[in-house]
Amino acid sequence: MRRENIKPHLIVENLEKSYENAGVLGTRKEVKALQGVSFSICRQSTLALVGESGSGKSTLAFCIACLERPTSGRIVIHGNETTALDEKQLRRVRPQVQLVFQDPARSLNPRFSALEIVSEPLLVQGRFHKREREDRARALLVQVGIPQEKVLRNAGEFSGGQRQRLAIARALALEPKLLILDEALSALDCSVQAQIANLLLELQSSLGLTYLFITHDFAMAGHLADEIAVMDGGKIVELGATEKVLRAPEQEVTRRLLVATPRLRAAAEMPQVV
Amino acid sequence: MTPLIEVQDLHVAYISRAGKKSLALAGISFDVRPGETLGVLGESGSGKSTLAAALLRLLPGNGEIQRGAVLFEGQDLLRAEPRTLERIRGDRIALIFQEPSLALHPTIRIGEQISDVLAAHESLSRSALRQKTLQLLAEVFPADPARIADSYLHQLSGGQQQRVLIAQAIACGPSLIVADEPTASLDPTTQQDILSLFRTLREKFNLSMILITHNPALLAGLADRVLVLYAGKVAEIGPTEKVLAFPQHPYTRALLQSMPRRLDEPAKGHKSKLPVIPGDAPNLEELANGCRFETRCADRMEMCTQREPEAVAVSEAHAVSCFKYGG
Repeated sequence: MRRENIKPHLIVENLEKSYENAGVLGTRKEVKALQGVSFSICRQSTLALVGESGSGKSTLAFCIACLERPTSGRIVIHGNETTALDEKQLRRVRPQVQLVFQDPARSLNPRFSALEIVSEPLLVQGRFHKREREDRARALLVQVGIPQEKVLRNAGEFSGGQRQRLAIARALALEPKLLILDEALSALDCSVQAQIANLLLELQSSLGLTYLFITHDFAMAGHLADEIAVMDGGKIVELGATEKVLRAPEQEVTRRLLVATPRLRAAAEMPQVV
Repeated sequence: MTPLIEVQDLHVAYISRAGKKSLALAGISFDVRPGETLGVLGESGSGKSTLAAALLRLLPGNGEIQRGAVLFEGQDLLRAEPRTLERIRGDRIALIFQEPSLALHPTIRIGEQISDVLAAHESLSRSALRQKTLQLLAEVFPADPARIADSYLHQLSGGQQQRVLIAQAIACGPSLIVADEPTASLDPTTQQDILSLFRTLREKFNLSMILITHNPALLAGLADRVLVLYAGKVAEIGPTEKVLAFPQHPYTRALLQSMPRRLDEPAKGHKSKLPVIPGDAPNLEELANGCRFETRCADRMEMCTQREPEAVAVSEAHAVSCFKYGG
């Protein structure tokens, strides 16, 4: 890792989050979704968060995106301690962290044009005049690979991969430095996953983005991430450099997840296209 | 060995409201032998789900089988009487769909939903029905069939729900199971559990399977042969080890190369650009004359735009539809 990137962009310290669920006969049952979660991500690097369903990955994402309040612990984003801010101050900080979800078919309004989808965050935040909002949205759409002549088409007319490009452009509209990619590639076809993965890498280096990449897919985590954190039962059970976690996992959970990752066994003998 | 099911030159079209026709399957032929698992590999729009639905004539209202035959146990399902077809569906050929939470009823106990399948195909007394239901559940939940029988959908995890669908599928002792993305919504460990359950049941009941997926890696340890579907045509079909390790069709090759391979080859290309297939899948309403992959193909030649390639055998049981091999 380069020296100028050493300063962490996101710091999470001892984060706890409990929910109260209704139990039998009016009793309350406490569910600990996050327990003592601590990690940090350096600027322009990627941390992959891997774990089974229900391990707390999405709760953690929502806390970092300031959409859920943690029960205790600290979150510091780009020097702002978001866990110490009130609702009004949060409104100002929230744009700095943006989310991209798994299924763009459900996270985008199919009747909105690509241009409307990408300029809407600017409208909501009351930034710029209509003309400038649209110019910015156009530029972003081109940057994520949507051809200029398609920007007035409705979201519903785009393919799954292009819709995910729209979702990424919308996430970038407010110029965040941290993107939370919550299973952002999982619903896409393999060949489209590769296209979007390349786009994410390109944007990371051109815009200096920091990624929290939440996934089930160890192979893609291995490709995109600098570090991998493995979650189980609301805790981070293993955290280390990608290479190390993949080659020499220390925890049973990690080993189990690695073994379960489907792979093309004879792939090493694959002929290369010249 | 005589095939259990033989699909011949299957053509399926969808007619849009504007009257436009798009050929979702344009002449598919393959067979599945008794006890064999055929993996159907295809991306969105390749026609893989249309194939699953067309085999049992379960296409939506705007879908139309235009040509072809599906020969199963001596008859052509595409020309069978509705009553014959009804007996075959669920009884001889069972379907498993992608989203188990949508395939099961939310307010009927699981046991009853399995009994319903049994009761639809044979008449059994109440106690015999209950007993058979528990036996079936024990195949997929060895530890606790009775508790699952009394549960409701919302009390089960995604993996458990998929096990229930599998119990329903094997209820009448079918000879063929068609599973359309059966593990798509599950996390990897659960996915592996379900796949090994398939392996066990396949051996135990000598089942044939058609396993439809977009993920080549899932087929690696499970399918005997792989059929690669691209834009409604068979691009390549052959033994799994051959197709996945030595893909011959330029599409299969490009598809497999676009997958990150870090777990198999740790030293390779961290954070580097993955090789991608340029462009998008073709619009089936506006197809030109030539090969359907031509516009995206790295190996295109002049003749590729003129007509569609025929399947050519490149080795025993391995056929490719590409002019590189003669076509």
